[in-house]
Amino acid sequence: MTHAIQVRGLTKRYSGVEAVAGIDLEIEHGAVFAILGPNGAGKSTTVEILEGYRKRDSGEVSVLGADPGRPTRQWRSRIGIVLQTNQDAPELTVREIMRLYATYYPASRDPDEVIEMVGLTESAGKRVRQLSGGQRRRVDVALGVVGRPELLFLDEPTTGFDPESRRRFWDLISGLAHDGTTIVLTTHYLEEAETLADRVAVIAQGKIVAAGDPATLGGRATAKARVSWAGGSIETDTPTKTVLELSGRFDGEIPELAVVRPSLEDIYLRLIEPS
Amino acid sequence: MAETVETAGTRPATVVSGPMPSTVKVGLARAVVETKMFFREKDAVVFTFAFPIVLLVLFGSIFAGELEGTGVTVSQLYTAGLIGAGVMGAGFQNLGIGIATERQDGTLKRLAGTPMPPSAYFFGKVLIVLIIALLEVLILLAIGVTMYDLDLPSEASKWVTFVWVFVLGVSGSALLGIAASSLPRSAKSAAAVISMPFVVLQFISGVFIPFTAMPTWLTNIASVFPLKWMCQGFRSVFLGDGGAALEAAKSYELDRVALVLGAWLIGGAVLCLTTFRWKSRRDG
Repeated sequence: MTHAIQVRGLTKRYSGVEAVAGIDLEIEHGAVFAILGPNGAGKSTTVEILEGYRKRDSGEVSVLGADPGRPTRQWRSRIGIVLQTNQDAPELTVREIMRLYATYYPASRDPDEVIEMVGLTESAGKRVRQLSGGQRRRVDVALGVVGRPELLFLDEPTTGFDPESRRRFWDLISGLAHDGTTIVLTTHYLEEAETLADRVAVIAQGKIVAAGDPATLGGRATAKARVSWAGGSIETDTPTKTVLELSGRFDGEIPELAVVRPSLEDIYLRLIEPS
Repeated sequence: MAETVETAGTRPATVVSGPMPSTVKVGLARAVVETKMFFREKDAVVFTFAFPIVLLVLFGSIFAGELEGTGVTVSQLYTAGLIGAGVMGAGFQNLGIGIATERQDGTLKRLAGTPMPPSAYFFGKVLIVLIIALLEVLILLAIGVTMYDLDLPSEASKWVTFVWVFVLGVSGSALLGIAASSLPRSAKSAAAVISMPFVVLQFISGVFIPFTAMPTWLTNIASVFPLKWMCQGFRSVFLGDGGAALEAAKSYELDRVALVLGAWLIGGAVLCLTTFRWKSRRDG
């Protein structure tokens, strides 16, 4: 079985600067794949090459079995793209713009169904201009999935969301993934990657510095744990032993006890440090 | 996860793949939505429609009277000229600014990521411009007839001339507007970048000032652009044979009108196809 996305040796330069410096990627069908990395690391360039927006300089790229450097209508109809920022069509209602975009695809979803899916049924008759930021983002996602894509790209989908909207958004994405849509997500929120993604890749300075399961990325599962209590803290490979010792010392309850493994964020920050 | 999905067979779209929607169908759907969007953007409506109307009323009221020995009044002359300017405004100015805005606000980038055929986008634009231009002409004619004694021609041949000048003029202006939309660096500068040359063109193309009052080098410049020829074509329809004496060539030169407008139509199409950008400059 071929992968949904296969990339080998991808490079891209902008006026002499190497934005993407040899990236290899394999993304399985049906997976949720998160691409992490600081601004300017080559994340967006990589994704835009996969989306067929940008030409690459070199490397082999296959997206749904085709070269995104030569996008066809058929290929585009199998892909959904949610871009970073859009302020388009302020004077159309949610339903009008959904119906318009549905006409572009050979097997589109019912616009009203999609509106319900993203939780905008009550705002379907509202002009896009009148929606809140979070609601607009839902319209973006709705437009991305109305064509029933096999592969959905989400570029920083929840930037500027409040925590509650973010959780509702995650449910929406999980639902799409559950239905078998392959999802490629770029995000700055490590928690988001951890919640949604089966696999993550960290890009820094145009290269992938780590890739894998978010739970074990960068040796996270086997890293030292930090045990802290009122009066001290220690990094250790054997936290249980430390806690037992402390328990003996305090004769029972240890004040302000906490045992923490490094978060995905700790690992991430270590990974993107310029070496 | 991939394995379970494969066996469950729930992966969408691979199973359903109908024929691609036709360009005409998508183009019509776009034209309907474009029309709604246009009339909901009150600023653009005023900008496009009110300009020639206000100018016609203004000039018609200031310059009354007849042009010697022709039976043509100054206000009739302005009506014909402003119809030309209105038609060009609906295409060139409206699209030049509108598409520059759509390039900046992400409309074009989003569309480029869908299977919408690019030709459907242009088709929708040309249709909306035809609708706007037709409305504009009807309003200007109504004002001309009721306020300034403009006589609508009774001969069918004049109306045939009107139709081909209108269609060639609108399509050419629309294509030029699409091409010009790539010039402004941002949506903010678009109104200035697009309107400035258009206003100059109106002054040198005989919309406001008769050619006889202008230096030859200016009329030579104007002769390169379509507006002069559109206005000339419309004058031949609405001013009648008496007005031909007012033309620089003492004739409406309809064959040259057709030639120049046709050339701009082809040139505009080539410009669009070779220079159109779906992304803004900052997007690279």
